[in-house]
Amino acid sequence: MIEIKNISKSFGDRKVIDDVSFTFEQGKTNLIIGESGSGKTTIMKLMVGLHEIDCGEILYDGQNFPTLGVKEKQEVRKKIGMLFQGGALFDSQTLEENVRFPLDMFTDMTKEEKLDRVNFCLDKVQLTNRNNLYPGELSGGMKKRAALARAIANNPQYLFCDEPNSGLDPKTSIVIDNLIQSLTKEFNITTVVITHDMNSVVEIGEKILYIYKGKPWWTGNSQDILKTTNPELVDFVFASGFMKEVFNAVNKK
Amino acid sequence: MKLFFHLGRYFILIKRVFSKPEKLSVYVRQIVHEIDNIGISSLPIIAIISFFMGGVITIQSAFGFTSPLVPLYAVGYTARESMLLEFSPTIVCLILAGKIGSNIASEIGSMRITEQIDALEIMGINSAGYLILPKILAGVFIMPFLIALSMFLGIFGGYVMGIATGACSSYEYIFGIQAFFEPWKLYYSFTKVITFAFLITSISSYFGYYTQGGALEVGKSSTAAVVYSSILILIFNFLLTQLFLT
Repeated sequence: MIEIKNISKSFGDRKVIDDVSFTFEQGKTNLIIGESGSGKTTIMKLMVGLHEIDCGEILYDGQNFPTLGVKEKQEVRKKIGMLFQGGALFDSQTLEENVRFPLDMFTDMTKEEKLDRVNFCLDKVQLTNRNNLYPGELSGGMKKRAALARAIANNPQYLFCDEPNSGLDPKTSIVIDNLIQSLTKEFNITTVVITHDMNSVVEIGEKILYIYKGKPWWTGNSQDILKTTNPELVDFVFASGFMKEVFNAVNKK
Repeated sequence: MKLFFHLGRYFILIKRVFSKPEKLSVYVRQIVHEIDNIGISSLPIIAIISFFMGGVITIQSAFGFTSPLVPLYAVGYTARESMLLEFSPTIVCLILAGKIGSNIASEIGSMRITEQIDALEIMGINSAGYLILPKILAGVFIMPFLIALSMFLGIFGGYVMGIATGACSSYEYIFGIQAFFEPWKLYYSFTKVITFAFLITSISSYFGYYTQGGALEVGKSSTAAVVYSSILILIFNFLLTQLFLT
């Protein structure tokens, strides 16, 4: 479980995160949603320590991450898997080497054990027998899946996904969403997903935090969001014609 | 003020680079990879440049030494001294600053803008140590060998060109390259090379590591890496020469 308590962050005079609190539960797909520029990615970067918070607490199973020393932070980070928006696969390494990387760094597994684990992870993301491909040879969806395989290679307790569906077609998006959800359930991971893809919100949003102009504006789940009357959230969720039709259909019932 | 900002940030980065590696075996593998990347791939350009420069120095020397008071073996002597003292350790290092420096800065810069460095940090890896330390160690290890090869090929090029153009005889050239040889000059040359290798790899890594923005900024970092490495090579060349030769 990850808890954030009253976290704030400013860049210069601009306050981008303003007193946000939320609990990301273990074994659930926790979503942070909001418009572009609302501060979603900043919250995630604060949570993993890529930016420092101005005030507040970030608790990983009770450990206040920002106050930990360098070594303790590294220990917490070893339990984190992260899927970046662009994949962030190492270009000079094959898929196998990419997925094996955290195992090489942090485990004493034998070569055979590592290969078994790599094949297991690649199999999980439906990239079986693609071990020797380089990231440059992969499509956008395959890169995301490969990055997901690397993120889960070292059995993370916490999984962060930054806009896992951006730039993907609807069908591939669903594949990625289902993968994230099934991995969360199977390995009982605390998963945090940043998205503004409404399909993902409805499909996998077990716990949702809506951020509006850096502030926590609404919390709930995928069922609640379709019935919301919060004006800013209604504007965000039902911005497209398709979602308006969904809204009308839900309200008729 | 910006100078002090960069100096401070550079030394903080260097401190992070030389902190204890997470796993030695992975770093050793990276060092071997970088030796190949930095050293072996630079062999052809060093060989070609050194051979021809040695030849040109020999022909120019023979052309200049018109006085009957200057013995012809001075051509070989001049070629040796030029290659050992200045051309191989300094000029070749300046050329390598262009080749290796831009390569390192653009590689690390690209990793920065595509979040690969963030990915390393989030995994709990000291990204500065993992990415930069192997490059510095590989550079400091392999560049003296490259420069030794450059010295040999330069002197050999002088011999081949000198004989081929009739600038001097084989006997005079070989006598010249052996005349008044002082071994400590090699110590001076290789001290310069090791210093320059450290400067090239660390400065280029610094500019790559702190790249911000997109592809355009990677290009700018690459250029800055080459420019600042070259300037610092020239400054340290002066300082070390003053230190050793006076």
